[in-house]
Amino acid sequence: MRRTLPQMHIVQRSDIKPLNAWGYRLLAVLFALSMGGLFLLILGYNPFDVYATMLRGALGSAGMQKETLKLTIPLALTALGILLAFKMKFWNIGAEGQIAAGAIAASYFAYFHADLPKTVLLLTMAAAGFVAGGFWGLIPAWFKTRFGTNETLFTLMLNYIIYYFITYLREGPWRESVGGFAAMPRFPKQARLPEIPFPFVGNLHLGWVVLLVMMVLVFIYLRYTKQGYEITVVGENERTARYAGMPVKRIILRTMFLSAGIAGLVGMLQVSGPDRQLTDSVGGGRGFTAISIVWLARLSPFGSVAVAFLFAILQKGSSMMQTEYRIPASMSDILQGIILFCVLGAEFFLQYRILKRKEVAA
Amino acid sequence: MQFTPAIQLIRLTKCFDSVTACDCIDLDVRRGEILALLGENGSGKTTLTNMLSGIYQPDAGQILLDGKPVIIRSPRDAIRQGIGMIHQHFKLVEVMTARENILLGQQSLIKTNPEDAVKAFGLKVGLNKKVYDMSVSEKQTVEILKVLCRGADKLILDEPTAVLTPQEIQSLFDTLHAMRKEGKAIIIITHKLEEVMAVSDRVTVLRKGVNVGTVGTGQTDRFSLTEMMVGQAIDLDVKRVETPPGQPLLRLDKVSAEDDSGRTLLKDISFTLNQGEILGVAGVAGSGQKALCEIIAGLENPSGGTITLDKQPINGLSPREIIKRGISMAFIPEDRLGMGLVGGLNIPDNLLLKTYRDQKGFFLKRKPARLEGEEMIRKLKIVTPGLNVKIRKLSGGNVQKVLLGREINLSPKVLITAYPVRGLDIGASMTIYDMLNEQKRKGVGILFVGEDLDVLISLCDRILVLCAGKVSAIVESQFATKALLGMKMTGLKTDKEDEYA
Amino acid sequence: MNGFMDQLTAFLYAAILASVPLLYGTLGEILSQKAGNLNLGVEGMMYLGAVAGFLAGYHTNSLVLTLLLGMAAGAFGAAIYALLTVALKANQNVTGLTLTIFGTGIANFLGEQAKLNAPMGTVFLSNELKALLSPIRVAGLSDLPFIGPLLFHHSILTYLAILCGIGMSLYLKRSHLGMNLRAVGENPAAADAMGIPVNLYKYVHILVSGALSGLGGVYISMVTASGNWQPNIISGQGWIAIALVIFASWKPLRAILGSLVFGALSVLRLYIPKDLIDIPSAFFSMLPFVVTSLVLVISSIRMKRENQQPASCGINYFREER
Repeated sequence: MRRTLPQMHIVQRSDIKPLNAWGYRLLAVLFALSMGGLFLLILGYNPFDVYATMLRGALGSAGMQKETLKLTIPLALTALGILLAFKMKFWNIGAEGQIAAGAIAASYFAYFHADLPKTVLLLTMAAAGFVAGGFWGLIPAWFKTRFGTNETLFTLMLNYIIYYFITYLREGPWRESVGGFAAMPRFPKQARLPEIPFPFVGNLHLGWVVLLVMMVLVFIYLRYTKQGYEITVVGENERTARYAGMPVKRIILRTMFLSAGIAGLVGMLQVSGPDRQLTDSVGGGRGFTAISIVWLARLSPFGSVAVAFLFAILQKGSSMMQTEYRIPASMSDILQGIILFCVLGAEFFLQYRILKRKEVAA
Repeated sequence: MQFTPAIQLIRLTKCFDSVTACDCIDLDVRRGEILALLGENGSGKTTLTNMLSGIYQPDAGQILLDGKPVIIRSPRDAIRQGIGMIHQHFKLVEVMTARENILLGQQSLIKTNPEDAVKAFGLKVGLNKKVYDMSVSEKQTVEILKVLCRGADKLILDEPTAVLTPQEIQSLFDTLHAMRKEGKAIIIITHKLEEVMAVSDRVTVLRKGVNVGTVGTGQTDRFSLTEMMVGQAIDLDVKRVETPPGQPLLRLDKVSAEDDSGRTLLKDISFTLNQGEILGVAGVAGSGQKALCEIIAGLENPSGGTITLDKQPINGLSPREIIKRGISMAFIPEDRLGMGLVGGLNIPDNLLLKTYRDQKGFFLKRKPARLEGEEMIRKLKIVTPGLNVKIRKLSGGNVQKVLLGREINLSPKVLITAYPVRGLDIGASMTIYDMLNEQKRKGVGILFVGEDLDVLISLCDRILVLCAGKVSAIVESQFATKALLGMKMTGLKTDKEDEYA
Repeated sequence: MNGFMDQLTAFLYAAILASVPLLYGTLGEILSQKAGNLNLGVEGMMYLGAVAGFLAGYHTNSLVLTLLLGMAAGAFGAAIYALLTVALKANQNVTGLTLTIFGTGIANFLGEQAKLNAPMGTVFLSNELKALLSPIRVAGLSDLPFIGPLLFHHSILTYLAILCGIGMSLYLKRSHLGMNLRAVGENPAAADAMGIPVNLYKYVHILVSGALSGLGGVYISMVTASGNWQPNIISGQGWIAIALVIFASWKPLRAILGSLVFGALSVLRLYIPKDLIDIPSAFFSMLPFVVTSLVLVISSIRMKRENQQPASCGINYFREER
């Protein structure tokens, strides 16, 4: 008998178990790492050596672990901020600018009000960073609620605007000439974050405590509060939210303020912690990386911190790779891209199934 | 037998996840014949025809066209095989004209140019009109033209009458008869018995994905068809509960509304809804029903007029403000998962939607909602694997029970429902009608926006007919006939104008 | 007065130069969105095109290979995006952003790698190769006063960009394929029901869109950066190109105008006399981004039905969706 039906076709599925789903994703990551290895192989390196070097570079000694943790803090905290907006399906891809805004505001107090007592000064800087970041995020949010302005592009444009604003500060009013280069002065001691011991690795700036507290707060906020419930509903279905009488615009503004505020706080922690001055690389691509993190962690606060740590290993390891093998550190961006591509692709197999035909006699 | 059926399906099967939508279905249609495919919502009619039109791939079974086995991988294949599908939810590009919509796709497949087809079948539609400016019946005409211009000789119409007035239905049937005369094989999907009786030559009845039999239309009657469709002899009559006349509850006075681009949605709407009354709203789809419901519910603002609820003006108040004044109003929107509920949340979280704000403090207490949910599952016989299931995974009828249950638990004075039984099977529909009647007995005023005129006439006390955003009549149900309502829906005048006013 | 005219001509000329990569990116994105796919990876595809074209030119000195590899690299990025969003139905926003991260990474990596391996630690293209992309004189026309040097003394890539714009406009408005494409972007289910091979249309147009972005990247590394590789060479032009799509309300001809405006903004700093307006140069660099934001806001305030994003842009299509 002639075959009368095509051999294969795609159907939706909904029966995948969470554990299996994570299995698929893990496979995707492994696949991605082997693709990256292939890339290295083509360039003439031994991928196993390179990966081993990366791991060693990131975790090989207490000092390296500390550096990796220093990278984790801003990444994870930014991810927690973005998570709030993404939960609401608000595409905040401007975290980088919000970090910068927070950094500028915090730096203002560091440069011009260093006479305050240290604790007061630091708290003021943190508050200023949060508010400034939040304000920078409120701008696109307000236009979104008022006119439906595309937030994806708007938040992104604001990144560039604030970046050039820092350039202006550096070349103009806040300039301090050091050997002909325009740069901004270092922070006075007063304005630097204290360091406290982190288990096993020694002193680490206070940011890690902030991160852990924020992780728990964000989790509780989303899961157990009325405001968190509102964010979920608005994100799932804005029309239903309006139908239920939720003040949707206010929720969007409030959530975006918090989301961007956390990013602003990252800015404060960066300038006051590791950087000790305002630089125009304070955002440092963290906005984008944090989006990858949040997405890979499926919007889970704890998951985001964990994934951020892995990405920090990737970044720290890449810089080690550069010094040892002269492989440019942008390898970490490439790997990040490949991992995401693979996991994005893997999601398909969680939602669809390719059916092979069973022949049924007519 | 000596004839070759134009379409023959052999043991066609299709599953979605664990649900078998079509289970080994056999079916055949001859040339010059209209076959009615009858079945309740969810019986697999649409799935079956979607396999014919290349939208779905069958899991097993065989399709024969003119006696030859074929593989239909895509709608393109279906078109090439002469199959023309007219989908229930129109597949039209809104920003294009009728002509552009008709000419889309492979040019070589166009057999007749649109002008000729319009003439040949005496259809009424402006070919240069943009689809977004069209009425539903015009849109349907475009859909039919798409099929005719491709020279399809096997036509499938999925619930074509759902959105039409009785008069438009008649002219559609005339067109179908003309096509039958040309020797086309036609399948018409419907769940309305009298349409089956009026238009078809034979009927195939589906129940829960299984073909329960095919009969000649002349050899059967409504009762035996019902029994085949539902599986038991049931009383399909919707009953009107008689209640003593109540106080006026909701009053609209010259309410008007416009959309963002300034087009009129509603114009000078005035009516009163009384306690213990079901006021039906009839009208062609898109006559302003949606705007009417949403304005009363406080989701949209009227551009003029006044709305009073329980003697308090509620114009321009948001849903929240209306609740704050202690006036309870419930609204069951037509798009249940798109508006009334959140598909991705579980039952308790959906029950919290309208009440969470009354909780004190910063944190959300889910306990009361869980209890409410458990009780609701028991009382309304909601079929669900548990409380924590995402509501999207429930069947349409159960989703509607959750929505209606939640709204009724608010003990509203006014209940607004839009198409509350759309997509539900007969059993679930009856439950919904019973729930509405129970509320009516309690003195709730109910605004019932419906599409099935028979139901409107038998369930409601009075029927308000909307036509192009205006009230064209308010009729006592006992004097209402379908013909009359149909005429009012299209804005035609009747000789007996004053009698019902 | 003569000095002023010269200055104006020079300014407008520079504006045209700066507008070309934007135009390529915008045209590419229009095509992709018309097919219903919002691709936030324009920046990444430009990076890919820039680095591939540059390295091809660096190693082979062949213009043809430079252009071809640049386009192929852009199309390669687009192919990843298409595979993920069309075949595997991945989220378009995240996929596009990832493409940008990926493309930026690859370009910076390969550029840096080339520098590390170069004898002097710098890489630049030969003058012969650059000469091939330098302005061409059109006999007769180029000698016209004012408009001659302004309009008829350009690189072939500039003329090609304009031609692409005009061609695409005709394609979308006048051709049957273009009409089918619009249907795919507006309502893929309707297009599918009419027998239009929806996925094929998406693949083809997304790939072409990537090739166009790639060409924009080639232009940046060859002409804008005058054949001298620098890290972060695209620096946000891909994003401006996406915003320009909104500014142009999805119309290729308006994209030509829009990219000119933004080209002008980006070179304004060099042509405003200091004695006239003296503001820090950082604010000039900021200007295109500020204006883009304003454009986003203004175009969201006045929306017309015909001038909007294709209705199903950003949403993946699955035929058996229930």
